[in-house]
Order: sequence, then structure tokens, then C-alpha cells
Amino acid sequence: MEERKIFSVAALFDTADDIMRAAKEATAAGYTKYDVNIPYPVHGLEKVMKLKPSLLGLITFVIGLGGVTFAVLFMSWVTNVDYPLVIGGKPFFSWPAFVPVAFEVTVLSASVGTVVAMIALFFKFPHNSHPLHETNYIKKVSSDKFGINIVAVDPIFDETKIKEFFTKLGGKEIETIYEEPMPKDIKMFDKRFISVLVMVAFVTPGATYLVLNKLLYMQPFSWMSEQDKGLPQSKSEVFSDGFTMRPPVEGTVARGFIPYEYKGLKDSAVINLSNPLPYSKVVIAKGKTKFDTYCSPCHGYFGKGDTRLHDQFPKPPTLHSDKVRNWSDGNIYHVITNGQNIMPSYEKQINRDDRWAIVHYIRVLQRSQNAKDSDLTNSK
Amino acid sequence: MTAIDYTQEIPVVEGRPTAAQIDEVVSIPMNTKPGKIWKTLLAITSLMLLVGSVAIGYTFYYGIGMWGNNNPVGWGFDIVNFVFWVGIGHAGTLISAILFLLRQRWRTGIARFAEAMTIFAVMCAGLFPALHTGRFWLDGYLFPYPNQNHLWVNFTSPLLWDVFAVSTYFTVSLIFWYVGLMPDFASLRDRTENKLKKSIYTIFSLGWRHSTRHWQHYEKIYVILAGFATPLVLSVHTIVSFDFAVSVIPGWHTTIFPPYFVAGAVFSGFAMVQNVLIFVRQAFNLKHIITLNHLEKMNQVMIVVGMIVGYAYSMEFFIAWYSGNDFEMFTFINRALGPYAWAYWIMITCNVVSPQFFWFKKLRRSIPFMFIIGVFVNIGMWFERFVIIVTSLARDFLPSSWGMYTPTIYDFGVLIFSFGLFFTLLLLFVKTLPVVSISEVKASVTGAQPSHKGGH
Repeated sequence: MEERKIFSVAALFDTADDIMRAAKEATAAGYTKYDVNIPYPVHGLEKVMKLKPSLLGLITFVIGLGGVTFAVLFMSWVTNVDYPLVIGGKPFFSWPAFVPVAFEVTVLSASVGTVVAMIALFFKFPHNSHPLHETNYIKKVSSDKFGINIVAVDPIFDETKIKEFFTKLGGKEIETIYEEPMPKDIKMFDKRFISVLVMVAFVTPGATYLVLNKLLYMQPFSWMSEQDKGLPQSKSEVFSDGFTMRPPVEGTVARGFIPYEYKGLKDSAVINLSNPLPYSKVVIAKGKTKFDTYCSPCHGYFGKGDTRLHDQFPKPPTLHSDKVRNWSDGNIYHVITNGQNIMPSYEKQINRDDRWAIVHYIRVLQRSQNAKDSDLTNSK
Repeated sequence: MTAIDYTQEIPVVEGRPTAAQIDEVVSIPMNTKPGKIWKTLLAITSLMLLVGSVAIGYTFYYGIGMWGNNNPVGWGFDIVNFVFWVGIGHAGTLISAILFLLRQRWRTGIARFAEAMTIFAVMCAGLFPALHTGRFWLDGYLFPYPNQNHLWVNFTSPLLWDVFAVSTYFTVSLIFWYVGLMPDFASLRDRTENKLKKSIYTIFSLGWRHSTRHWQHYEKIYVILAGFATPLVLSVHTIVSFDFAVSVIPGWHTTIFPPYFVAGAVFSGFAMVQNVLIFVRQAFNLKHIITLNHLEKMNQVMIVVGMIVGYAYSMEFFIAWYSGNDFEMFTFINRALGPYAWAYWIMITCNVVSPQFFWFKKLRRSIPFMFIIGVFVNIGMWFERFVIIVTSLARDFLPSSWGMYTPTIYDFGVLIFSFGLFFTLLLLFVKTLPVVSISEVKASVTGAQPSHKGGH
């Protein structure tokens, strides 16, 4: 067995007065690297030991200042830059409302920061392998004795001299404390270590996946999105025809709906109807919107009959044929409203004004696809 | 913890127990098998937890429609209980931080226990707003973090301030408590023979060596944390009161709310601490550490804050009249004489009348009597929050929008759950951790500090 390295020489005393005297003598004898271990803080000892005042207050101040600065800047950035939102008609930078949160953030950051700094930087904790642990000395000072130990790194350290010194002071249970040798068999590829690593590697993503992708879509977590209501275009269990969307009840007229009086009477429509809307930019823009929504899937965006439905519905003829171009406005309106051949009626989907706007837009399309040379010069 | 006594104070700890005796008496509950009483009590509180869990389960599955909250009374038991529990928590921080800064050495014996109560009470309090959001598995959105919706919380809302205040309060109380426990964990580590206990205590003591070099920083941080906890505890209930005071509801929109709420919180908190301490000192044979003098001092604090609360009640009435605001006047007359008058008079009897008995020294030092008064005060303080919240909402500006509030069985279930949670945690605490701060009590025993004969 190799020689164990000495950590320190320690002695125990019975009262606070004794330890005070011991510390005073130790300082007077020129020892600097010694420590006093006591079950509760004894006042005046820090002066006797010539310890510098704790710098924790400074750390608290710096972290707290950082916390309040961050809180105010962050809230200002959120409310002014990233997502400005008028709340209660107040200015975006309403600083009085920032006070509570700024205060709480300051307290939180300063308290947590100081405690972490104290434990990690000042104490260098956790440190359960310190040589003093598991000695008779620490067990006694944990309870009711007052201990002093002079560490081997002290420049004037001498085991026998210190023991004499302690005996002279009346110290009890004087002992030499040895350092524990470092265990040499710590391996990177330890079986237990690797198995824990593998477990963490599987459990973390697995649990995350289950929570985010499965659990949150289970009842009752999903009850806001899974509601007992009929959605448009969905199958219905309630109605015999299986549609959720319902046609208006037979013989009724919806508010604002004007029934078409030339249903099935194309000739009368052609004679009697003319476009009531002015030929203006607004109307044409409206017509384009409605045409693109309702007509273009079959007729194509330019009315060429280039359907986007890929043979799911028969291809309609072009709107640029001489036949259609020579139709009156009333005739086109009649076809939209009444339907023709396999084209159904769009009376229910598109209201009257929009239908007339579409008629105007179809005229625009026809003109654009059959432009004359004179149009070019005119448009200058 | 000054070394010199400037006045002839009553000794904090009765007799002159040695440090070893203090270790012994504090660690008895941790080293002995639980007795019959403890087991019975735990059975009762676990049953409360179980019953309450059913109520929470229903709320979880079917939503908060199970509760009695309605329109116009959108805040019912949930917020009443929240304010009640946050209030209970305030006594702990007051004892551990404010009394520490005021050099009130009698706090030593009861500080640890009161801090534990704070933490458990804030946990109970946090439960209610969390449930009250409806889909509480999405409560993470209460905190501002860069989420997938690119949305931030509303930093100008008192409800958001509450999130910050309560979570900060909980965190700071917890670390304050832990810092105080660290040396005690070390003492327990070095005492115990049990291997499992030893490794647990070792982990939590972080390797504390009772070094003077550490004690020096430790004492500094205790002052710093106490200095932070003091404005924090005042801010928490102030912000809770902003939830009401920032609105425009008559009876809520008043500037007296922050101090009034803080005083009420201290009042109910002290009553709760006093009630529980009576049991603890009896059950664990700590009568010389948690002395009758402690309890008497707590009762004295209760008279003071009880009178502040009583003053606030009368001042509310006066301001309602003095403001000349019809709605404000109606609200207060309605509180005293309206459909919820019974709740109002329970509140007045329990909070204003009952603590007046403490003027008599004999009653102040009678344990059964002070226990009853403590229970009364807690009932009264619960009703105070009920009166403030429910009566103001039930009858606001327009008579056409008035409506009564009736709690359902599930409301009571969640309330029972919170009591079950609080007392279960408390029972587990008294059996697993030192109920008084070992190192602080050792330092406050007469003769523990140097006599300066051989010193400097």
C-alpha cells in the first residue's frame, strides 16, 4: 500500500469561546491555510481568521441589474417591434405596466443567480469527495463540537508541530486526516454508463414523440378540434342523401335572394335582360374574382375550355367561339343562372350582381383573346 | 442574529439544551417509525386527495363546465381558493424574511416550518388558476417563450403579472428554504446510520462541511435572500389584488386593495401557521423549541393585522359613500344586506370580532382557545375572498345582467383536493425533514455565542 497523502491536522474544542481562542492563536502562529468547522456560525470568527468580506452582494447586484435590463428591453421589443398590438388604447411602450414583471424578473434572476453562484463558484459544490467527509472530525462538528484543521498546503505545515500546538491549546481528539486516493478504474465504456446513455437516448425522443404527436391528439386533449358539428363538404350520417350541406327548403326564398324569373325560358331572357352594372374597373375586378372561383375550374382562367379537372367532368367548349361572342349579355347571364346542357345552375352559389359582373369579365376575356391591331394603337 | 442582546429578551429556546440534544430531538421524527396518529392523519389527507382527484378528473375530462362558474360570475371557487392559498403562503415568508430583517429572534423555532407551509400553500394556490384556464395541458403558453405561433403574452395584463409573481414567489421561497436546509442536511448526513438515508442526505447537503469560510457567505446570502423575499412577498399579494383593482367592477376598482390584501394574507397565514404548529409541537415533543411565547407572539401579530383588515373593511364603506358613486355605494350595501349577506357577516364575525379576544393575556396563552380562533380566522379569510369576488360579480352595473352563483359538488371537490394536498405534503415534511432549523436553533441557545472573554 502506497503512502497516503496528508490533507490536514484537525482538533476539536468544546465551546465557542475555545474555538475563538484557537483561531486567534493559529493566526498569531502564522498559519494561513486553516479552516474552522462549526455547527453554526460563531460571530467574530471571520475577523479573527482575517477573512475578506463576502463578494456575494456584488454578484447579486450585477445579476439583478442584468435581469431588470433584460426584462425591460425584452418587453419593449415584444410590444413595440416584434408584435405591436394596441391594448386598451394605450401606447405600445406603456412602461408603468412593465414594472411588475420587471420587478419579478429582477428578484428571480438575482436570487437564483446568487444562490447558484454561491454554491458553484464560492463553495465549489457539490463536493462529496472532500477528504474531511466521513471522518470522526466532521461527524463531531456536524453536531456539537467546534473543530479547527490546518491544511497541508500551508507554507509552515508540520504535522508534529501542529499536534503539539493543538495539545497546548487544549484541543481534543487531535487527528491527521488523509486524502483519499483517486480511484483508477473509471472507464469511459463502463457497461452501466453506456446502458444509461442508451436509455436516455431512446426514452427522451420517444417520450417527446408520444406526447407531442399522440397524447395531445387523444381525448379530451383534442376536444376543441373534434366537435360534434357538420362541416361543409363532409359526409352526413343524419340526412338520407348523405350530404351535410343542405339545399334550401322547397318553396322558400332566402333573405336577399331574388328568384330568377326566366327559368327555362332562354328566349325571353335574351330579349328582356340587359347588364345593369356599369362597365367599370371595380366591377370587372369583382367579375374576375368570381369567375376564377366558380367558372375557371371547368372553363379555364381564360375561358378557353382548358379544364383543370383532368377528365373528372366533361370539357366545356371555349367561350371564344363566334357563337358565344355573338350572344347577348342576357344569354350568358341566362346560362350561368339557369345552366345549360350538363352545366348546372349557379343561381345558389353566385348572387345576381356577381353573375352580371362575371358577364362583364367574360366580355373582357373575349376581347383580350380576339384583339385587333387597332386595339394596340388605341391603347397608347 | 446579532450576537449581543440589547434588551432583556425572553430566551428563544427554553432551558439550555446542548447542541447534541437539539440534534437528537429534531431528528426523532425522522428516525422513528410513524405512529398511529400520523398514519391516521395521513389516511385522512390521502382520502381527501383521492376524493378531490375524482373532482379534478371530471374537470379534466368534461371541462370546467362542471363548476358553478357562470355568466356573470365567471370567477367562483377557483379564484377564491387561489387568493386564499396564496394568502396562507405569505406568513412563511413574513416569518422567515421580514422578521429576520427586523432581528426578531423568536422566529428561529418556527421559520423552517412556516417556509415549508409557504411552499405547499403556493403549490395549492397555483393549482387553481392552472385548472381555471380550462385546457390546462396548454398552460405552458402562459410563459413568454418563442413558440410556433409567433405570439407573445400580454405584458400589460395583471393576469400575466400574476403568472410571474406566483412563479417567482414559489421559486424564491423554494431556494430560500433549500439554502436554510443545506447545513441541516449535512448534520443529518453525519448522524444517520441508515445507508439509504445517508446517500439522500449526502446528495442534498452537496458536501457541506460547516466551514467558517462557507458560513460567512452563507450568512450573507441569507440577508440578501431575506432582503429580496421581503419586497417579493409584498409584491405578490399586491399583484394578486391588481387582478381585481385594475378592472372596473364596482367593489374591485379601489386603490386600497394592495395593502388590504397583504394584511389579509398575513392574517390568514399566521392563523394557519399557529394552528399547525400547535399540533407539531405536541406531536414531536418540541415544546421547549416552539414555545408558548412563540404562539403568543403570533397571536399578537394576528390582533394587529386583524385590526388592519377591519380598518380596511370600514374604509371601503366610507370611500364608497365619499366617492358619491352610485354603483360603488350599491355594491357595499348589497354586500352587507344583499343575498350574500350571510357570507359578509361570517367574514366580519370571524375576522374582526374573533381576534379581539386576544387582548386578554390568558386567552392569548390558552392553546385550545387560540386554536379555535385560528380556525375562525381562516374561515373568515376564505369568506372575505368569496365576498369580494362573488358579490361584486353577481350584481354589477346592469340589473339585467345580474346572476347568482352556486358552487357545484366539483367545486368543493377541488377545494378538498387542495386541503388534502397541503396537509399530505405537510405530514410528509414533518416525517422526512427537520421541522426546525437545527443550526439556527443551536446558534440561538443561551450561551451559544462567545462571551468575548477570550475573544477579540
